Amino acid sequence: MNWFELITTHSPALIVATPLLAAFLTPLVSRINDTVRNIFVLIMLSITGLLVGILGYDVLTNGIRTYVFGGGSTVVTLPSGLVFHVRIIFEIDAMSIFMVFITIILAIICIVYSLSFMKKEDGLDKYYTVILLLIVSILGMELTGDLFNFFVFLEISCITSCALIAFWVHKGEALEAAFKYIVISSIAALFFLFALGLLYTQYNALNMAAIANAMQANSIQFGLLDRVAFVLIIVSLAMKAGLAPMHMWLTDAYGEAPASVTYIIIGATMASLYGVFRVCFTLYGGIFQTVVISSFSIGWIIVILALVTILIGVIMALIQTDFRRLIAFVAVAEIGYIFLTIGVGLTTLSDPNMIAVGQTAMQGGIFHIINDCLDIGLLFLAAGAVYYATKETSLNEMSGLARKMKYTTIFFLIGLLAVSGIPPMNGFASKLLIYESTYQLNPIISIIAILASIMLLAVFVKVFYSAFLGPKISKFENVKEVPKSMLIGMGVIAGIIIIFGLFPNIVIQYLVEPAANALMSNTQYISAIFGGV
Amino acid sequence: MIYNIPFIAVVAMIFIGLYTVLFKRNVVKIVIGISIIESGVNLFLITLGYREGGVVPIFTGAPADVAANAPGSMVLPVPQALTLTSIVIGVAVLALMLSLIMHIYKKYGTLDVRKIRRLKE
Repeated sequence: MNWFELITTHSPALIVATPLLAAFLTPLVSRINDTVRNIFVLIMLSITGLLVGILGYDVLTNGIRTYVFGGGSTVVTLPSGLVFHVRIIFEIDAMSIFMVFITIILAIICIVYSLSFMKKEDGLDKYYTVILLLIVSILGMELTGDLFNFFVFLEISCITSCALIAFWVHKGEALEAAFKYIVISSIAALFFLFALGLLYTQYNALNMAAIANAMQANSIQFGLLDRVAFVLIIVSLAMKAGLAPMHMWLTDAYGEAPASVTYIIIGATMASLYGVFRVCFTLYGGIFQTVVISSFSIGWIIVILALVTILIGVIMALIQTDFRRLIAFVAVAEIGYIFLTIGVGLTTLSDPNMIAVGQTAMQGGIFHIINDCLDIGLLFLAAGAVYYATKETSLNEMSGLARKMKYTTIFFLIGLLAVSGIPPMNGFASKLLIYESTYQLNPIISIIAILASIMLLAVFVKVFYSAFLGPKISKFENVKEVPKSMLIGMGVIAGIIIIFGLFPNIVIQYLVEPAANALMSNTQYISAIFGGV
Repeated sequence: MIYNIPFIAVVAMIFIGLYTVLFKRNVVKIVIGISIIESGVNLFLITLGYREGGVVPIFTGAPADVAANAPGSMVLPVPQALTLTSIVIGVAVLALMLSLIMHIYKKYGTLDVRKIRRLKE
């Protein structure tokens, strides 16, 4: 076995191990000096990115990969013939690799952006340590094939996100937002653990593929405990992701955290969304295909909650005066679009005539995950740049910034067009898929979705006009364009947005479609562990 | 009935914790509520792993005739491992929450959630 094969074999573990090692080396390295530390963090993340590339190529060409910690087989067979799924495994299919790919892009851009954005702050060695730990937890959630492992990474992401939201510890608002966040997410994680215990009592396994397999073989399909566990898991992950009644922490946290932190917390939110996808379609997918009425009603409940989320997000965004809180409400609306596709996917899962609609919806939703990260992220980074240059967050106090910050203005314009789904930006491609599929389920859904999208444009026209256009004011006489590393960070995202918008077919063909297919057929996921089910 | 008492305790603890989190005004009491929920969930996991007359799952420490006389009497160690991990995580979360409360008290001068409301709408 040559070295390249060795790296390919162990890449799932290395993807998590490299940033973890870097996280704990960072305080040591920053003893030398700040530049060395920044370069070190960037290099370690680039190595992780390279490993993601290697693993991604392998998964997309050769199919699902499993990685067993401790080596050997995924199961332990006792002499009496009992089989236990005790080993911790990572299972990587196209969906996982898609999410990991997004996360690593977010991570690298976040670090590049924070090089200048956070330069004047104290305690940067801790900042980089915690941010690397957050990246580790997101990557872990996306790679793991084990529910308990997922819970552990969920808790790591909860602790680190909270620490990062409260990074500006001198501001009372940041502390308040962080406290809200940790209360919500620790309760969510505890209920996730409870649901996991329920599943463990039933099926004697924590491995997702093993539970899914046992669930399909179970004679009492979708019993009471299964239902309770499903609801608890979905509600707890939706709490972390910010679905409608549980969205209030999200706006506070996004609005008060430093922009670079907000950007990476979007990644954590998306990892929770990935969990929802995984649980709905892989863990319970086999059951939902057979038990028609359950998937139909659950799907509709999610669709309705998602529509409420979209409307709340857009309407609340209209009345905000704080720049970052406004974008945070738009982020809530965008989460609603992704949940909408999950709902549509579940509703159509059991109906052979409608399954193509569900497939399109899922593709739209999965594509929208990456678009949401890029678009909302770009807006947050632009808002952060405005804050960096002017120390101002209220929209009423801003005016005529386009004269001073022309690059930021251009990037903000690209971001807002992309979020509102205007061609040729990437938001258009994914939203079109969503409208198309929801229209076939029920035209009213797609009408609301399109209406919300138009209102988003209205919101942003207002913001763009009041912040960037308008007369010069004397307060901003000395405002300068932000430093290069922030511009590079935003520029890279803007470039990706335009490329994805111009060539959505390529992205859909090579990344999104395999991911949607991997979710829709959970037998592949199971048979990668059990072999030919 | 006697075997159900731990499960009743679990449900009671989770509901007491939720009540505390939802209806108490003091921030420290909210944290206590979360702690109670956590203990409830941990108790649930431990109860799952209970087996009457079970032996410790250490191979060398088990009685020599365990395989012949009492097959399946070894306790499955997974729930215990889960509980340990969950306790460790719980301690970390608890410490973080309490330190946040400390800072909040410094900034706001109160622990009443009704007064810690600078973030509106």
